[in-house]
Amino acid sequence: MQYVSPVREPLVTSGKTYHDVTQDICYQVEAAPNIRWMGALGVALVLLGVFFYSVYRTLWYGIGEWGLNKTIGWAWDITNFVWWVGIGHAGTLISAVLLLFRQKWRSSINRAAEAMTIFAVICAAMFPVLHMGRPWLAFYVFPLQNTLGSLWANFNSPLLWDVFAISTYFTVSLVFWYTGLVPDFATIRDRAKGKIAKVSYSLLSMGWTGSAKHWSRYETVSLILAGVSTPLVLSVHTIVSMDFATSVVPGWHTTIFPPYFVAGAIFSGFAMVLTLMLITRVVFKLEDYITLEHIALMNKIMMVTGSIVGVAYITEFFIAWYSQVEYEQYCFINRATGPYWWAYLSMMSCNVLSPQFVWIRRIRYSITMTFILSIIVNIGMWFERFVIIVSSLHRDYLPSSWAMFSPTRIDVGVYVGTIGLFFTLFLLFAKFFPVINMAEVKTILKYTVNDGPTYGGSNDGSRNPSGYHATPAIAPHSTPGVPASAPVNYDKQND
Amino acid sequence: MTSPAVTTAPVATATVPDTHTSTKRFALGIFDDEDVLLHAIDNIRAAGVKIYDVFSPYPVHGIDDALGIERSRLPIAAFFYGMCGLAFALWLQIYTLGFDWPMIIGGKPHIALPAFIPVTFELTVFFTCHGMVITFYTISKLYPRFKTPVLDVRSTDDKFVVAIELDEHSSQLPKLTQLLRENGASEVNQKEMTKF
Repeated sequence: MQYVSPVREPLVTSGKTYHDVTQDICYQVEAAPNIRWMGALGVALVLLGVFFYSVYRTLWYGIGEWGLNKTIGWAWDITNFVWWVGIGHAGTLISAVLLLFRQKWRSSINRAAEAMTIFAVICAAMFPVLHMGRPWLAFYVFPLQNTLGSLWANFNSPLLWDVFAISTYFTVSLVFWYTGLVPDFATIRDRAKGKIAKVSYSLLSMGWTGSAKHWSRYETVSLILAGVSTPLVLSVHTIVSMDFATSVVPGWHTTIFPPYFVAGAIFSGFAMVLTLMLITRVVFKLEDYITLEHIALMNKIMMVTGSIVGVAYITEFFIAWYSQVEYEQYCFINRATGPYWWAYLSMMSCNVLSPQFVWIRRIRYSITMTFILSIIVNIGMWFERFVIIVSSLHRDYLPSSWAMFSPTRIDVGVYVGTIGLFFTLFLLFAKFFPVINMAEVKTILKYTVNDGPTYGGSNDGSRNPSGYHATPAIAPHSTPGVPASAPVNYDKQND
Repeated sequence: MTSPAVTTAPVATATVPDTHTSTKRFALGIFDDEDVLLHAIDNIRAAGVKIYDVFSPYPVHGIDDALGIERSRLPIAAFFYGMCGLAFALWLQIYTLGFDWPMIIGGKPHIALPAFIPVTFELTVFFTCHGMVITFYTISKLYPRFKTPVLDVRSTDDKFVVAIELDEHSSQLPKLTQLLRENGASEVNQKEMTKF
């Protein structure tokens, strides 16, 4: 039993019933694919083709196909890697951190955000693996005694930490996501008409029946997974930042990197969630589940993390000056005024300036403005990684080896290709999997579509769907141990 | 598979009681609301009737207490798995870099514990999560199957189903029907399940 204040905005609008939720979310799984979806998939598949071509060129002719040179050994590849991993962070943040903070609005966006995490991490993983040059030897990163002798992996290396962090993150996110999907697969299975659909969703649903005992364990598992995922998500980008921070390259050797990278990751992740959600809610007509309130809340998180990132940029500059290290100072002056000034300017304006517009309520609740801002932030965060990586490397201690980086067609192809890979996976997910966690949305329904703890009543009396409620206003069930005289919101305080 | 056909009036099955041991008969009380359901569970249990299981489209808070389901011990298992992961990670790093093939890396000691923290943490999380999830699926007997027997298909949509096991003659059915109805069940059905 929970109590929600009537002044709260409802999390799901239009007075949906449990059955409406099932109907609305299952609709796009059961209906024939629509033209817009097929068109989008077509574009994504073309980009996926670009990806395969670029990967083929990279593998066949080697890393020389990329624009890397002796001075700049990391450029677009690691930029893209960090960008994608960062995007992935919002999914786990929504599903784990917001679960622990009991932010119920997460229910209608967590499924898609988690899917986004998984697909983003798949895209991210492409870059370090391709950068190895010989990806068929990728298993060398694991601590296996290899065929060359009894050498082991170097556990002192942040790049190896990355291997463990990313693989743990990927697999944990995957099982978290899948376990959440199981009850919804069961719903689709029980509604399925066709034989193929029935068998496939039966296989996917693992024989879920919605038994009370199973739900009880499921809740425990979700809570523990959220508990371990929270430090995990923070550790992943911390470790990614250590790829840079543990080196002695000016501009990288910074203790501020871990929190700064984590904030940046959440910032870019929420931007991508917003981009995807704004499209999904329109294409699948989910405006009642992903409301303007959701968009405003995500905008607020974007603004907070964006401001943290802004403070980090300024702190870096200050510390470079304060450290009195000549090389560090030069690196930062060079970032802002050197040949890559345009990248720095894009980063500053997209990441520091643009989220500040969210302070204005009209913009926070505007779909068009939010969409534009989310794209700008995604671009800005890509530039942030580019600035950190390339501008720190391109002028090293020896002026004779100073260089500039220019991407080749293949560099662009691999990057654009991963966007194709991401959208292919996301579109397939959106068609065949329920994009909103039906079971979880149903748990919040009773307390959010109406103005109090009883279902059926409403402000204007029109929300009660006819025939849905046989019994009028029911006294809330009290849990043993709760005193009868407890105030209405007793449970809320102890929830 | 179940059929969505709904019989409001319980019909006694004409078939000869199946001698097959795995056939079970259930009285199914269908509820529309979680609070009605929780009150009903209290009253049914107070009347001395054993509830076989309750099926719901989402986790109903408070149902564990109402049904007397014990708190899951999965967190204890999770902690145990986490400790295994921690021990394994430390052993792996200390054994490989400290004893099996010691190398000097960056002038640091062979067993450079601070540098081992990230991998140790990640493996702890990895073991905790996967150990617990595998345990969850195993003890709940959840595995992919071609056909899933469900007592009432609407229990994954919008209905809450209270299943009470009947004897082979369904003799308690009229009494149970009355009890369930009195407690707000919108329907009472009877259902046989061969494999459950």
